[in-house]
Amino acid sequence: MKYVPVIGLEVHLQLKTASKIFCGCATTFGAAPNSQVCPVCLGFPGVLPVLNRQALVLGIRVALGLHCQIQPHIVFHRKNYFYPDLPKGFQISQYDLPLGTDGVVELPERKIRIRRAHLEEDAGKLIHKEAEDASLVDFNRTGMPLLEIVTEPDLTSPEEAYLYLKTLKAILEYLEVSDCDMEKGSLRCDTNISLSSLTPPSPLRGEGKGEGVLGTRAEIKNLNSFKAVSRALHFEIQRQTKVLEEGEKVQQETRTWDDVQGVTLSMRSKEYAHDYRYFPEPDLVPFTVTPQELEAVQKNLPELPKVRAQRLAQQYGLSGADAGVLTSSKGTADYFEDCLKISSASHAKMLANWILSEMAREMNERNLENISGLKFPPAYLVELVGLIESGRISGKMAKEVFVECLKSSQSPAAWVESKGLTQVSDRSTLKEAALGVIQEQVQAVADYRKGKDQALMFLVGQLMRRTQGAASPAVSQEILRELLEERRP
Amino acid sequence: MPLTEKVPSSRCPGSLTPPDSPFPLTAQELQSLYQTGKTTPSEVVEALIRRIEGLEPKLHTLTWFDAARVREQAKALERQKDSKGPLWGVPVLIKDNICVQGVPTTCASKILKGFHPPYDATVVERLKKAGAILLGMANMDEFAFGSSCEHSCYGPTRNPWDPTRVPGGSSGGSAAAVAAHFTPMALGSDTGGSIRQPAAFCGVVGLKPTYGRVSRYGLIAFASSLDQIGPITRTTADCALLLQTIAGFDPRDSTSGNLEVPNYLKALEAGVKGLRLGVPKEYFVDGLDPQVKQSIEAAVAKVQKLGMRVTEVSMPNTQYAIPTYYIVATAEASSNLARFDGVQYGHRSPNGQTLLKMYTQTRGEGFGPEAKRRIILGTFVLSSGYYEAYYGHALKVRTLIKQDFDRAFQEVDCLITPTSPTPAFRLGEKLEDPLTMYLSDIFTISVNLSGVPALSIPCGFTQEGLPIGMQLIAKPFAEETLFRVAHAYEQATDWHQRQPQG
Amino acid sequence: MAISIKDVEYLAHLARLQLTAEELSRFSSQLDEILSYVEKLKAAKTQGVAPTSHVLKLTNVFREDQVKPSLSTEAALTNAPDREGPFFKVPRIIDAS
Repeated sequence: MKYVPVIGLEVHLQLKTASKIFCGCATTFGAAPNSQVCPVCLGFPGVLPVLNRQALVLGIRVALGLHCQIQPHIVFHRKNYFYPDLPKGFQISQYDLPLGTDGVVELPERKIRIRRAHLEEDAGKLIHKEAEDASLVDFNRTGMPLLEIVTEPDLTSPEEAYLYLKTLKAILEYLEVSDCDMEKGSLRCDTNISLSSLTPPSPLRGEGKGEGVLGTRAEIKNLNSFKAVSRALHFEIQRQTKVLEEGEKVQQETRTWDDVQGVTLSMRSKEYAHDYRYFPEPDLVPFTVTPQELEAVQKNLPELPKVRAQRLAQQYGLSGADAGVLTSSKGTADYFEDCLKISSASHAKMLANWILSEMAREMNERNLENISGLKFPPAYLVELVGLIESGRISGKMAKEVFVECLKSSQSPAAWVESKGLTQVSDRSTLKEAALGVIQEQVQAVADYRKGKDQALMFLVGQLMRRTQGAASPAVSQEILRELLEERRP
Repeated sequence: MPLTEKVPSSRCPGSLTPPDSPFPLTAQELQSLYQTGKTTPSEVVEALIRRIEGLEPKLHTLTWFDAARVREQAKALERQKDSKGPLWGVPVLIKDNICVQGVPTTCASKILKGFHPPYDATVVERLKKAGAILLGMANMDEFAFGSSCEHSCYGPTRNPWDPTRVPGGSSGGSAAAVAAHFTPMALGSDTGGSIRQPAAFCGVVGLKPTYGRVSRYGLIAFASSLDQIGPITRTTADCALLLQTIAGFDPRDSTSGNLEVPNYLKALEAGVKGLRLGVPKEYFVDGLDPQVKQSIEAAVAKVQKLGMRVTEVSMPNTQYAIPTYYIVATAEASSNLARFDGVQYGHRSPNGQTLLKMYTQTRGEGFGPEAKRRIILGTFVLSSGYYEAYYGHALKVRTLIKQDFDRAFQEVDCLITPTSPTPAFRLGEKLEDPLTMYLSDIFTISVNLSGVPALSIPCGFTQEGLPIGMQLIAKPFAEETLFRVAHAYEQATDWHQRQPQG
Repeated sequence: MAISIKDVEYLAHLARLQLTAEELSRFSSQLDEILSYVEKLKAAKTQGVAPTSHVLKLTNVFREDQVKPSLSTEAALTNAPDREGPFFKVPRIIDAS
């Protein structure tokens, strides 16, 4: 029996406002424990929330960027439960009138439907102290503005889930609403998965709203990276398949991902089902957004990845694939366009090439998410490409120059200058060296005379070696040919 | 010394008034004495401190009182060189559910024992700015759950008119203290009648402002969509003065109305000629004490003589008010009280080794029985499977009740009703049966559900010498109308000049 | 019967309230009485009537995105029943089994 995964993803995004969602405390990451708190976010007796306008604006920006319908009458609800990181004993969130609904994220193979995007406040942080049977609570994070983005269970594989997350992250980066940093917790992800024996649901046909005939959902928490999401889903597919093949039923439950062991574990602490007893938050008024306000936000939306890729491909003659990779991270796309601000457009392809190959490789090796981590500013790349195009150094040399510049933080021109390492194109110097090569490589010369053009390339190579790679290949070839012609017996 | 002046006997008889105590000064009277240099804040607080020390053990109106701090405040005011605020030197008592920075604010509950707020409620900030003297914290029913002040963890307050009887609740301490002349002014809070009913039982004036007229920031919440802070005083003019000081938009309260605060004191003198008075027939039914009925009827006749046009109106959804209230209010309360979990403040049980045990023991030990009942009821009406039938339905009935008022105010400017169906009952009389206690809120509750302003003012006494209060209700933000009618009535009667005899 | 002892037990757990056996039994009968009274509400005709969550018809009340001073850590922890340095301390969260 073949099973098809039915996967949904829930992303919690911390919105980049200066102050918290319902109070004026700062939102800076990494502050000393319980130093960015006030009576309101601490949930002291007698306090009241007031909505940060910017949180709503950023939330709307995301909802529009995901092509959602915006709720005309936005209401907050209380979600009631007890946990030490939740000071009021309820979370101010949204229930049946969320900010945005019915959006979409386009992947190459499939459109993933966004069920809802809604605003809510974050909870605090718990530190567990095993030895003492105690936990410590830091409320700095309480009251940070969150946007929860929930997909329909349209994803059909761990790889697709990973791709969705990368695509979503790029969109969010472009919208400039968040740091999207999983390590800092500004982007968090939970997933749910069940197995179905039906054929994959087609979102284009409006299918896939529920689970398949056999499946019941497991929700997976504690996923700290996109890779972890993919690994956890792989594990779950195996686990659930095994359960079903043994004739058992998959339990509807919440499981936690153990990254070290590479397994999901049941969280059996939820003996009683959560009854959140949602009701409209009486301390907050409803919010309405007029069509004019929506239009204004829509107009000011930055250019999103897909559109930018199309434009770059057209503007600079890049391939669709290259443009796609270039724009998959806003930082990289910005880098490319910054280069083109100071360079001639004719260098565009070479610049793109360098970013996608040499720079990408270095980023990978150093585990960098952002191109800025290389500390090789656009001006340097433009300079490097300029040196190649002008013939001062060869492409091969340039690769070495690049690596050295990353180490020394010098500009390419400066480094090349300091090493006296310019490509020798000066004809008289080369002529002398070339003569030497011709005298030595008797066999190759003879071969050339016999009409074997390959022999010329061999001689060029020898000339390159003799000049420690500094000879310009093009000029070398010319000079050798000239000399060989002159000396034709 | 002006404070030992001889007082006309009709104004100050009885054992409740030791010979060397001040005659009962209203805030306005105090202000005029200050202005003419006839007395000072230090003198005034000294007299009040003596009085409190003498009578408080019998009445038990306070949860916290620090004489040294009161004296300090008086001295600090006297050292002030800059201009004096509108309540300069006037003592005001604060109900124990309104946050005062650094002062124990406990909602008369064990679960908040030792809690010192790190901030002032907005109304407290405004009082301080106005130069008022914060006299202390007043006793109340725990978390404002009650109509008798018997549900306090500190024990009940007694009615100054008859100490075997309740002062009403939940602002029982505030009302009793004003009636006993411990203070000319007090702040209470009103969710279902908790200012008006004790004001009626204690023979003083109490106002529940329009919802949104006074900031709730710093009021420890009972039911967020019903709560309001309001003044309790001995005269209508003092009530207007106190409201003037605390009312107005607060950016820290999303539900506070951004409307200008009118000059309430000026409005007092406008008189009642031509104002239309409505008498809702559904409020005059069985269960109404005949003496109360008589007093209200006499009051209606009085204001008619003063120039008001009286008509009967109908408010058919009145019968649904109590059940609606006990669903909506307890639902919100069950959520508002979830923060009392022993994590950050207040009581934490020593018997909780696991988190779950810590929660359940802390809350089991810290809350009194009425609080527990309401939390369970509130949890029930919000729970899955019951929400639509109870809470959802109640919110719709609330609309019907509000519409009754909207319709009535198209015909009249002001409504008149009894504040309570009976005068003050005896301690312990209604404790066994919570429902009986709830039913006594019948006349005050609709007002909170609709968000309109209402004021209770003395309108008579029973043969046993117990105060009777009448309730005036106006449309949203029309407190001026209430003050006009109340003041005119007050000037034509002398109920407010009678003193408790103990 | 509108509410049983078992119901009250469940609700008490949802609300994290430890009740004695006596309280359980007393509250059940009191709450049952109250809920029977509340049944009155069923007679109210609410078809087509919108619910009232807020009596004052306000919308769009915001604060601007400006940082305001926070409490000092000491002030925040001043009422803490148990603490460790700058943290609030609670008993460990373990599975209730």
